[in-house]
Amino acid sequence: MSGATIDSLLLLGAVVLPFIGALAAGLLPTHARNAAAWLAGAVSLGAFLLLCTVYQAVTAGGVVRLELEWMPSLGLAFVLRADGLATVFGGLVTGMGALVVLYARYYMAAEDPVPRFFAFLLAFMGSMLGIVVSGNLVQIAFFWELTSLFSFLLIAYRHHIAAARDGARMALTVTAAGGLALFSGFLVLGHIAGGFDLDVVLGAGSQIHAHPLYPVALILILLGAFTKSAQFPFHFWLPQAMTAPTPVSAYLHSATLVKAGVFLMARLWPVLSGTDAWFWTVGTAGAITLLVGAYIAIFQHDLKGLLAYSTISHLGLITLLLGLDSELAMVAAIFHTLNHATFKASLFMAAGIIEHETGTRDIRRLSGLNRFMPFTARLALVAAAAMAGVPLLNGFLSKEMFFATALTADEPLPLGLKLLPVTAVVASAFSVTYSLRFIHGTFFGPDPTDVPSMPHEPPAWMRLPVELLVLACIMVGVLPAATIGPLLDVAARSVLGETTPEYSLVVWHGLTRPLVMSTIALALGVTLYLALQRHLRRGVEIVPFLGALSARRLFDRAMVFLSWRLARSIDRVFGTRRLQPQLRLVVCVALVLAAAAAFVRGVGPGNIAPSEVDPVLAIVWAIGASCALGAAVTAKLHRFAALVMLGGAGIVTCITFVWFSAPDLALTQLLVEIVTTVLLLLGLRWLPQRKDGAGAQRRPLIERVGRLRDFGIAATAGVGMAALAYAVMVRMPPELLAQHYLARAYTEGGGTNVVNVILVDFRGFDTLGEITVLCAVALTTYALLRRFRPAPESVQLPAQQLDQIALDAARPEPRRGRLVADWLLVPSLIGRLLFPAIGIFAVFLLLRGHDEPGGGFVAGLTASVAIIIQYMLMGTEWVEARVRVLPLRWMGGGLLFAAGTGIGAWFFGYPFLTSYFGYVRLPLVGEVPAASALLFDIGVFALVFGATVLMLIALAHQSVRGRRATPALDATAPSPRVAVGAATGDD
Amino acid sequence: MSGAVLHWSIVLAQLLLAFGMACAAYRVLRGPRAQDRVLGLDTLYVTTAILLLTYGIRTGTTLYFEAALVIALLGFVGTAAMAKFLMRGEVIE
Repeated sequence: MSGATIDSLLLLGAVVLPFIGALAAGLLPTHARNAAAWLAGAVSLGAFLLLCTVYQAVTAGGVVRLELEWMPSLGLAFVLRADGLATVFGGLVTGMGALVVLYARYYMAAEDPVPRFFAFLLAFMGSMLGIVVSGNLVQIAFFWELTSLFSFLLIAYRHHIAAARDGARMALTVTAAGGLALFSGFLVLGHIAGGFDLDVVLGAGSQIHAHPLYPVALILILLGAFTKSAQFPFHFWLPQAMTAPTPVSAYLHSATLVKAGVFLMARLWPVLSGTDAWFWTVGTAGAITLLVGAYIAIFQHDLKGLLAYSTISHLGLITLLLGLDSELAMVAAIFHTLNHATFKASLFMAAGIIEHETGTRDIRRLSGLNRFMPFTARLALVAAAAMAGVPLLNGFLSKEMFFATALTADEPLPLGLKLLPVTAVVASAFSVTYSLRFIHGTFFGPDPTDVPSMPHEPPAWMRLPVELLVLACIMVGVLPAATIGPLLDVAARSVLGETTPEYSLVVWHGLTRPLVMSTIALALGVTLYLALQRHLRRGVEIVPFLGALSARRLFDRAMVFLSWRLARSIDRVFGTRRLQPQLRLVVCVALVLAAAAAFVRGVGPGNIAPSEVDPVLAIVWAIGASCALGAAVTAKLHRFAALVMLGGAGIVTCITFVWFSAPDLALTQLLVEIVTTVLLLLGLRWLPQRKDGAGAQRRPLIERVGRLRDFGIAATAGVGMAALAYAVMVRMPPELLAQHYLARAYTEGGGTNVVNVILVDFRGFDTLGEITVLCAVALTTYALLRRFRPAPESVQLPAQQLDQIALDAARPEPRRGRLVADWLLVPSLIGRLLFPAIGIFAVFLLLRGHDEPGGGFVAGLTASVAIIIQYMLMGTEWVEARVRVLPLRWMGGGLLFAAGTGIGAWFFGYPFLTSYFGYVRLPLVGEVPAASALLFDIGVFALVFGATVLMLIALAHQSVRGRRATPALDATAPSPRVAVGAATGDD
Repeated sequence: MSGAVLHWSIVLAQLLLAFGMACAAYRVLRGPRAQDRVLGLDTLYVTTAILLLTYGIRTGTTLYFEAALVIALLGFVGTAAMAKFLMRGEVIE
């Protein structure tokens, strides 16, 4: 940590605070609406105040910086850097956040899971702040993607509505794809500038312009900025995102998220702008977006749709200003960004109030609301006037600036035409038209007749954010120099430095050309609105002239092609659902590769002489080989026999492990054999019977040839595998990793069982990953089996049970209904007696594991066998009436315990998973080794136990469920619980 | 002298045990009934436990006794599961 001043720490606090708040809000109960709102409000205000303090420092002394180590090996640092632009944007993000939180408290319904909403909102705020104050390109890209992710979650907040999901997915696809382009662009830019630090990049302007890769970096970065800021042709996601709750639209789609692209262009403006490429791409995209967005906005019938297209148009305006390569335009861009945030957020909130009160946002159904909600109507009127650029409001000032720069900017157009002023006037006229439409269509005219509920004024607190924002519009509009002047100055100076131009922030400049243009635009806009009355009354959905050109439809088509048609055809060409071709392919490729390797490099003789043949082991191997072959032959038609033979092959493997001095492996293999046998038998119950007669009729020739070929492949692969194993075993490399472990197991790991020390200490991180995977597998099995429906022919009770039920019913009275209990009496008694014995054995294996064969994995399996025995011999219902295993808690607890042990090392100043060891004297037991690795092993134990039992129970419950699903069976089948309980006199 | 006796008796015991395993494996492979196979496998397990004990005696270490202990304590679980499967058609009900 270098150069950490108080201010820089405050800055760090401002970024971290929202994330902490998000975590806390996410942990609140589902309906803790007020608590979540208070929390979110306090966090936003807190972050805002922190930024205000930082702002003081920025105005006084330039840039506040904080540098923390992130990935020093890659030369990456976590850098926070707050200058004027960043602080003003940060203030906008947090201040607007606080207002939106207040608004959302009243907007969201009580039955919504509001804490989740505020958690996402705060996390988004943190990510947005992260973009704004990051001092490192990679870090900006990181926070950039975070905002895409959280905006996805916010748009899809009402995920039960299909339109919300679709809109969210589209927004994520477009902005995250843009984010990837941005990241690549940053990598190129960092390569050109010689570093990812923002100060380094900003200082390398001339170098960047001259570099041949400059166009590549520019296009990639602009792709990111344009997608995020909804510039043509990527604008279509923004209207679709209007399915989000209105506070989200007010926050993300007016003030913050969509401004990220604009912010980035302003941030990199000093080094990227100033070239023809910049002017043409940014200027053209901005101009088209400005015009098209404003034009489409006129014909929207949805209030939020109108505002969305208007936002697109205003973003286009800002982009156009940034593209103009003039310092004054830069100032105007920043100014308009702030202004747009205030009036557009208040309009979104007003639209939300209207929807909240009337139940609709359709302009065609709304009318005359002025009489029902006069105060809201006045507020919306002022905000819409600011949007239209009416004098004495803030929108007017930035529009004047835009007109002034449009007049003075030199256009390198070959035509000799002054296109820019015309574009500006036409777009302004459009904005007047849609503002009029918003206000006139909603608040004036006759009383509404077609709204779901009769409206009235909203709660005063819900209106407060709108009031504050509208007040800001008026204050800035009337007294610009006193209110926004200093902020704008600091922000502009941080980008432009010495070249900051003179500009005057006053309402009245005299009778200038921009004023004339404003007047023309106002008059044109009003005229256009009057002229369009008849068209708008008809209420058709299609935008004139542009109806066919729908970027959204193109996007949908592209998505359908990519994710459906292309995927299907690739699947058709390359995929197969049959196992045999897949296996054939895998095995053949492996064979060819291995043979090629052996052929190219050659296989010489090993450097170890093979030991003598032990006749005992030879016999045992012969047994194992015949069992394996037998299993392969019978696997298709006699599954049970194959399973028994598999057990024979497994036990021979165990003997082999013992013979070759691997007691740990032998133990593990044995337990895996036992548990697997039970699990496979459980699965076997639900597999339909194979019916085809074996070799009854002669098979056609082609099939026999195919079988012969497959047999050849299998035999070759098997022999090759054996040869490979043999070749490895007769070689001893000069240096073995094993020797390293053997030498250090006791001195550094504190254990004499090297296998265990490797698992829990040297390679503890791998083990942590493996048990996490085990956890995921068990959960997947559980989730899949929850919805499992057996094949119709396996639903029936097995034939044995039906026979026994019949037999049972025929027995004389005192023994009737106790057939199963009588048969199982001895095994069940033994099984119950063994339960504590096996439990102790498991603990024994766990505790001694560090020094002698054993360990958490084996112990977990052993303990789960103890549970399996009870389920098997006593029946599911009997066991679950007495023992509650709660496997999910064992798994979660185990994972947390293992990870917690690793984290514990941090508190002693060591890296993750560093272990400590010593010896502890216990009464009665004596000296026991107490390595922290044992704690880790306990976590492994709990997780393995939980995962095994979870899978077992999931399989076992199929029988119980099957019986419950078919009550007819239940009536005939005596419950084993009752039967066993009666037989043993225990209940 | 006694060392040699021990050595040869262990070798003999192991050979006989391996022969016993081969007999059990024959039942596993040939059947004819599923019950015969299960019994054969159980015999295979028990013989293995003893074989591992003799191996421990032969090499003079106690490291392999746990494996024998596991077979003795838990080896019956597989047999019981198979028996239950044959008798009732499902392992856990």
